[in-house]
Amino acid sequence: MNGFSLEVQGLKKSFGFKPILRGVNLNVGAGERVALLGANGAGKTTLLRILAALSSPTSGTVCLNGLDIERDAQQIRRLVGFVAHTPYLYDELTARENLLFFGKMYSVGDAKERTRQLLQRVGLEKRANERVHTLSRGQVQRLALARALLHSPQLLLLDEPDTGLDQEGNELLADILSEHVMQGGAVLFTTHQLERALALSDTVLILSGGRIVSRQATNGLALDTIHQQYHEVLQ
Amino acid sequence: MVFLEQVLAILWKDIRYELRSKQMWMGMGLFALLVLVIFNFAFDLRVDNKSAVAPGALWIAFVFASLLGLGRTIAAEHEKGAMDRLLLCPVNRKAIYLAKLLGNMLFIGVVELVALPVFVALFNVSLNAGTLVLIVMLGTIGVAAIGTLFSAMAAATRARELLLPILIFPLIVPVVIGAVRATSDLIVPLANEPPWLGLIAAFDVIFLSVSMLTFQYVIEE
Repeated sequence: MNGFSLEVQGLKKSFGFKPILRGVNLNVGAGERVALLGANGAGKTTLLRILAALSSPTSGTVCLNGLDIERDAQQIRRLVGFVAHTPYLYDELTARENLLFFGKMYSVGDAKERTRQLLQRVGLEKRANERVHTLSRGQVQRLALARALLHSPQLLLLDEPDTGLDQEGNELLADILSEHVMQGGAVLFTTHQLERALALSDTVLILSGGRIVSRQATNGLALDTIHQQYHEVLQ
Repeated sequence: MVFLEQVLAILWKDIRYELRSKQMWMGMGLFALLVLVIFNFAFDLRVDNKSAVAPGALWIAFVFASLLGLGRTIAAEHEKGAMDRLLLCPVNRKAIYLAKLLGNMLFIGVVELVALPVFVALFNVSLNAGTLVLIVMLGTIGVAAIGTLFSAMAAATRARELLLPILIFPLIVPVVIGAVRATSDLIVPLANEPPWLGLIAAFDVIFLSVSMLTFQYVIEE
């Protein structure tokens, strides 16, 4: 995964006449874990959807490893794993069937073995043959994480990934993110939990008014400081 | 090769999904049978007007039942995560269209297989089964080709149940007219009839080509 880079320049996105992102500039390199904070409606999900090539920017550029998101969207999709608010799974299929299906969509070599490994990694091997609608919210979130990791993406985009996770699930999430960046990948995730943002990331960004208004390294950053900054920005 | 594998994977997923949820086939099948039964009792079917009424009843049943199914296949994809589940993957959008089209044709085909013998029995018509199957296949391709495209368009809207028939009906008129007239000609052959099968086939080709080319723009933001 050497040489990974995400560069976002002057990214704007509007829905109709309503601007959501008003010029986002962002750089994420290999081995970085970045937490994106912001109030509801700040545009965090919109930004992640654009980076996942699910939504087109109104203007600005997004380059991942030198690939342009508008011109090379299909190639970028291979480099990105996305856990959204909704798990992007099929309720009537089992956990294993879901991963095997997405394995085919990503043309994963030896999808069966990769599926087995990931189900074991997220602690769902015993529930592999159960349909998704019978799983708890936390288990579905673990499976969504496995789906996002299936094709060994370089950039993990996670929209409030701790939703529904219990203590053990949160520890698993932290471990997976650490492993991912140690292998040279990068992580960009949103959360409303400032403590979690500090614990899981190297850099904290605050998105407000459609722009990134603060960028702080978490090394040595006190929770009170980020609390204060966050509330000042929101006001 | 990857394209074909992805088409088959999406198709297989949709079939498996439908077999488990049983949301579509039952509804479509019952609807088609009810339409045929109601038409059978609603019209005074004599030998001299049978060729005028029976084909119309058959194709109304097929088209309306198809609409129920067409609305479901893509709408099901939109539930819980929308079409994004597939759009997130590096899948050729034509593969998604082709898989959805084949799925729709399969679902509609099964309903037609059940409804055709009931039609023959209720309306007491004798006809060439091979030609009828050909007419039904060509008509189904036309309805499903344009229906798959517009159901993707309608699925993203709140009023999809209302929007889908409004979008589809005007466009499938040539196919339905061709299919009804071809079926009618099969029951009571008439002299100097235009080549209805050729007309349906021509519209199938147009609908398939246009839908394949435009599907990507319909499903992507």
